[in-house]
Amino acid sequence: MTTLRRKLPFDPWHLALLPATLLLAAPLLWMVLASFMTSEQLYRFPPTIIPSSLHLDGYDYLFGNTEVGTWFLNSLIVSGVCVVANVLFCSMAGYAFARMRFRGSGVMLTIMLATLVIPFQLTLIPTFIIMENLGLIDTLGALIVPSLVTPFGVFLLRQFFLALPPELEEAAYMDGCSRWKILWTIVLPLARPALATVAVVTFLLTWNDVSWPAIAISSDGNNTLPLGVASFRSRSEQQPSAIMAANVIATLPVLLAFLAAQKTFVRSIASGAVKG
Amino acid sequence: MSTVFAQGPRTTARREGGAPPPRRRGLVERIFGETPSAWLYIAPAVVIIVGLAIVPVFWSLLLSFQDKDPIAETTSWAGLDNYRELLDDDAFRGAVEHTLVYTGLFVPLSILGGLGLALLLNKRVRFIGIYRTLAFVPVIVSATVQGVLFSVIFDDQIGIANGLLDKLGLGPQPFFSDGRQALLLLVLAGLWAGTSCISFCAVIFLAALQDIPRELTEAASIDGARSWGTFKAVTAPALLPVTVFLLLWQTVQGIQLFDLVYGSTAGGPGDSTVVVVYFIYRSIRESAYGIGAAASYLVVGGLVVVALLAWGGRKLAARRAGAGAGAAA
Repeated sequence: MTTLRRKLPFDPWHLALLPATLLLAAPLLWMVLASFMTSEQLYRFPPTIIPSSLHLDGYDYLFGNTEVGTWFLNSLIVSGVCVVANVLFCSMAGYAFARMRFRGSGVMLTIMLATLVIPFQLTLIPTFIIMENLGLIDTLGALIVPSLVTPFGVFLLRQFFLALPPELEEAAYMDGCSRWKILWTIVLPLARPALATVAVVTFLLTWNDVSWPAIAISSDGNNTLPLGVASFRSRSEQQPSAIMAANVIATLPVLLAFLAAQKTFVRSIASGAVKG
Repeated sequence: MSTVFAQGPRTTARREGGAPPPRRRGLVERIFGETPSAWLYIAPAVVIIVGLAIVPVFWSLLLSFQDKDPIAETTSWAGLDNYRELLDDDAFRGAVEHTLVYTGLFVPLSILGGLGLALLLNKRVRFIGIYRTLAFVPVIVSATVQGVLFSVIFDDQIGIANGLLDKLGLGPQPFFSDGRQALLLLVLAGLWAGTSCISFCAVIFLAALQDIPRELTEAASIDGARSWGTFKAVTAPALLPVTVFLLLWQTVQGIQLFDLVYGSTAGGPGDSTVVVVYFIYRSIRESAYGIGAAASYLVVGGLVVVALLAWGGRKLAARRAGAGAGAAA
């Protein structure tokens, strides 16, 4: 190691880091490249790796032949409503579990903890039947309602609230501030990092989920973006560049959010495991 | 549900804000020991989580013993018929087998890969921020997008993978048109991107690595420990809790596999990549709720038994070790 370090003008760990990270990012980079190629370029054998020219054919085809705009909007509605609802409802429940004493709090907390490890397939069919009875199947409501509150968010916020010093809240309380007002004006502004984590995790999970939407949604106009992409792929195998364009559009919002707030994202993903 | 609302009348007993803050309990609160209005705060969470997670678990069990006629819309008690039918069903047995193969490969590979990647990303070198960004990006990619992407990359006709093999002077592979290769490609796709990929495990491991005080590893190396020694004495024990968490988490993710299959093979070719959740998905599409519910209970029940055995085994081993230590003392 030391002899190698003396010979190289840079740290030898770069020799492992560069190929490893490039390899991980390679499929995504190629996805972006392929979306700008024509089908002819992709169909050539052996297939093109680095194209000589870039085209918008894939995007043209995608926008001309699918409801990709509607899918995008649907995804935005579902994720948006779920993020707002989670931040609100998880804060309320987390605050109650952290700061209020009430009969049944222990039991309810245990029940919620238990749901964290329930595999999704166990709840799938009854959830479908409940949504059917509510008349929500094949509407965006079926995608929103089950994700309005996540036990993960409740726990994360409870832990965060428990770690806040209670003196400030007590002082406000003595001044006649109601609990509801304390939550909104004192606790939540202090909890911004934790709220960001809940928002990021909810956004990621709802934006990317397909298991439940695939079951609950059947008409094209109600597809979310990943669902639409999958159905588009099975319908038009002959349009690889348009398929890649759809993939790019499905990934772009999350990618931009990730690049803009990488620290929050990474911390959010890690907090689910290390502290959760 | 009834246990929840059995507490209902208490919420009317006192108004919000009627009790002093929890840290300084007054006489009234010492007697009642509670803030009933808290139930208003947790009500949305309780309704959604109990209604759409706890109730369905028991409902599923009930459904698994029933047989629903989709046309006449009548439900009859089927006893264990659904379970018997499933155990004789080759499609279901195949689905279980594919799920086990996927999970068996995916869990250890993702954890080992994630550990290796995290150790690399924990090095203090230049541009480490860029390396981390590149390495973490796959986590945010939807499994469906990943499935679609891999099905194009590994297409036997136009896929870039066969193009690369050709450049290397190797023959083309059938990839997704071959059942066995298709399942292995799903493992590869699952490792590469999505919310439980290698990068995800690396995020978790890296967070744990960064919680280890530098002084600890430095002290170990000053004491003459080589890097492997430091790893064994300091790093590995510190990573044990997250490793246990990841084993559990990745296993649950493995048996829940659906998105990747949906985005790439749709169960094909033949039924060679039908996994359990995909099997359940198809039974819902056919309104065969009883079969689907029984399938989920068979799989989860099997897993719970395995987990209990593993847990029991560890307890037994710990007790034996404890007894041994006691005898030695």
